[in-house]
Formats: sequence, structure tokens, C-alpha cells
Amino acid sequence: MRVELVVNGEPVEADVWPGESLLFTLRERLSFPGSKNACEQGECGSCSVLLDGTLVCSCLVLAAQADGHDIVTVEGLGDGDELHPVQTAFVEAGAVQCGFCTPGLVVAAADLLDRTSGPSEDEIREALSGNLCRCTGYQKIVEAVKIAADRL
Amino acid sequence: MEVLRPRSLAEALVVRAEHPEALAIRGGTDVMVELNFDRVRPEAMLDLGEIQELGGWAREDGLLRLGAGLTYAEIEQGELASELPALAEASRTIGSPQIRNRGTLGGNLGTASPAGDALPPLLVDEAEVEVASTARGTRRLAVREFLVGPKRNVLEDDELIVAVLVRPSGSSQTFMKVGPRNAMVIAVCSLAVAADRERGEMRASFGSAGPVPGLVRVALEDSGDLPDAVAAACSPIDDVRGTADYRRHALRVLARRAVDRCLAA
Repeated sequence: MRVELVVNGEPVEADVWPGESLLFTLRERLSFPGSKNACEQGECGSCSVLLDGTLVCSCLVLAAQADGHDIVTVEGLGDGDELHPVQTAFVEAGAVQCGFCTPGLVVAAADLLDRTSGPSEDEIREALSGNLCRCTGYQKIVEAVKIAADRL
Repeated sequence: MEVLRPRSLAEALVVRAEHPEALAIRGGTDVMVELNFDRVRPEAMLDLGEIQELGGWAREDGLLRLGAGLTYAEIEQGELASELPALAEASRTIGSPQIRNRGTLGGNLGTASPAGDALPPLLVDEAEVEVASTARGTRRLAVREFLVGPKRNVLEDDELIVAVLVRPSGSSQTFMKVGPRNAMVIAVCSLAVAADRERGEMRASFGSAGPVPGLVRVALEDSGDLPDAVAAACSPIDDVRGTADYRRHALRVLARRAVDRCLAA
């Protein structure tokens, strides 16, 4: 079946299998590999995207449900070659180890800072509670979000 | 496989009747896991995501009418959180922000897991489920009649869950849950307790400790008996998340704390 959606501001179309996830469509059909595919059950958060401005796991959205809707992936956070302040802060704080969880965490952190200015550490940890980092680099990740929060 | 995408509730009920085999989806937090892991291959998916009537909540004849598509993120904050404190507390314990942004009250009833976190609060609030079909119109059932077994409810093939109706709680109430961490936890056991001063009773409902969430009542003046009553009423099993003995013990402890919390409020 054919779906039409807007990804990072650009209208796109794809032929999808009716049972596939938005994550599969983004990665395998539309060449947006930033969102990562790990647990496929909403446990790890590495596929986090914004669906009509709301943070979701793209593995738990049926691609067909995204038809006619607006998606922002990690690729769409920055402005051209300019990184999003959260991305810059992750680099500066050393919040990236293997990097697999990073796109999901960046999207979740950007969503938090979009809604909340000057979040407390508890608010940051709560906002990132659906994103797993198996290198266990959470301390640096929280520091990165604080750095970004100070600049936004 | 095909995806059916009705735009209104009336259209959805027609589609539901024509495609009894279709698997309904809205938030997808349960259904997509089944699809992603090849556990189900339905002939059709019925996407309820575009139906405005299923979203949001309203006041209706002194009751709160919660749309089946109401998300946990919507329940856990604002006015609803003060009207239905136990349900809001339960919503805050569900999954992660990503899951709470998508998962719905109607989905929790549809999945009918013994561990469904929204279910014990709905039971102590004596909530009703409204279901509808084109053939028989609308019917309302108590949540405890709607849930009949692990992952089993009385929804017919041609019906959809439309709303939950609940009286705003005047009672002090709370929800507690045991699990290995705060986020992303399927309850080892859970408990909702309400101190209903108007009717002079305490109600407790436990989750993950029986085939369906159970409901226990004691007179308000006998609130000290609630922990034992909960422990006696539950019928937990040993599984990957915990043992029956642990669950029964934990529920007794939670009940004692919940009584203290409700009566102090």
C-alpha cells in the first residue's frame, strides 16, 4: 500500500507492507537510518521520533497510521549542517560511547527542552527513562542535557 | 493484509461489523509488539487513530466520560489527575514518556492483561466500559464484568470499546506498584485503594495477582483488615516476574501502606 507523509519537512511517499512499522519504513524504504532498530517492542527508545510533535517509538507506530502525518527524525533536528544544541552538547559532554542509543536520546532530550526550560535532574531522568544506553553512560548524557538546557 | 482507516466512529462500527477478523489498533503499544514479533498475522488492521470521537474526555451527567483513545499522558496531568488520583498515579507508572504518549485506556481494556496498570484504579472507582456495535447499539458494563480472564474480555467481534464512564472520585485514593525499576516495568503486583467516606467503605483492587484484577471491600471502620482481605482474595502464580508467595506478601505490605496513605489524606 502507498503512504504519504512528511518527514523532516519534506513530503515523501513509500510503498509499504500493511503490517510494517513506521521505523521499518523510515530506515528501509525512505533512507532515514538515524532512528535505530533494536528491541522492536518500545523498551529501548532507540527508534524515538516526533509524530505530529509528540515523542513516540516509531517501532510501535504502524506505517499506515503515519499516512498524512508529520514526522521528525534525528536527521531533521539540526538546521542544515548546523547541529541541534542537544547534539552539540552530547559531543562536548562525551555523552556518546558506542552511539547506538544516541539518536533516540537526542530526540527525547530535544523534545524535553522544547517543552521545559531549565528542567531539574529528576525531570531530565524521567524524560529519558524510555531510552536505554547499554554502555551505561547515563551520567554524561544527563550532563549533556543540562548543557543544552543552559543554552536554549 | 489490508489496513482499514475509518474517519468517524459510525464508519468504524460499520467497518468493524464487515471485518470481524480485523485487529484494532490505536496507540499500538501492545498490538505492534505482536506484529513485529510475528505472533499475529491478521487479514486486516483496523486503525482507530483517526477517529476524533474516541479521543479526549468530557463531563456527562455527573460522570467523567473518558474516550477509549485517551492516552496515559493525558490522564497523568491537569484536571483529570485531580479528579481520578489513583488512575493518574497508575498512568505515571506506565512504560516511558514514549509509551504514555501513545498507549490508551481503551487499549488497556482491549488487551485485558492481568497486569494492566489502569485496571485496578478503574475497579476501585467502579467504572463502566461503553462498547458499541451497529447491530445492537451501545451497552455499558462494569469493568469487573468486562474482564473475564487473562487477556480475555467480553467484547464481541463486531464491537468497539468507545469510552469509560467513571464518577469523579471524592475519595482519597492511591495506586502502588512493585517492579525492578520505576520506568518500563510490567507490574510484579499492583494495588489501587480508595477510602470512600460517603459509603463508609474501603475498596482495594490488585493487579498481576490473579487471572483478572480483583476487587475487595471492607467497612471503613475495619480498614485494618484490608491487608489480610487483599492477601486472601488474590490468587497469584509463580512466573518470570515473581513468585506467588512474594506477590501475596508484597500486596499485604502495599495494602497496609495504602490504607495509611488514604486515611491520612
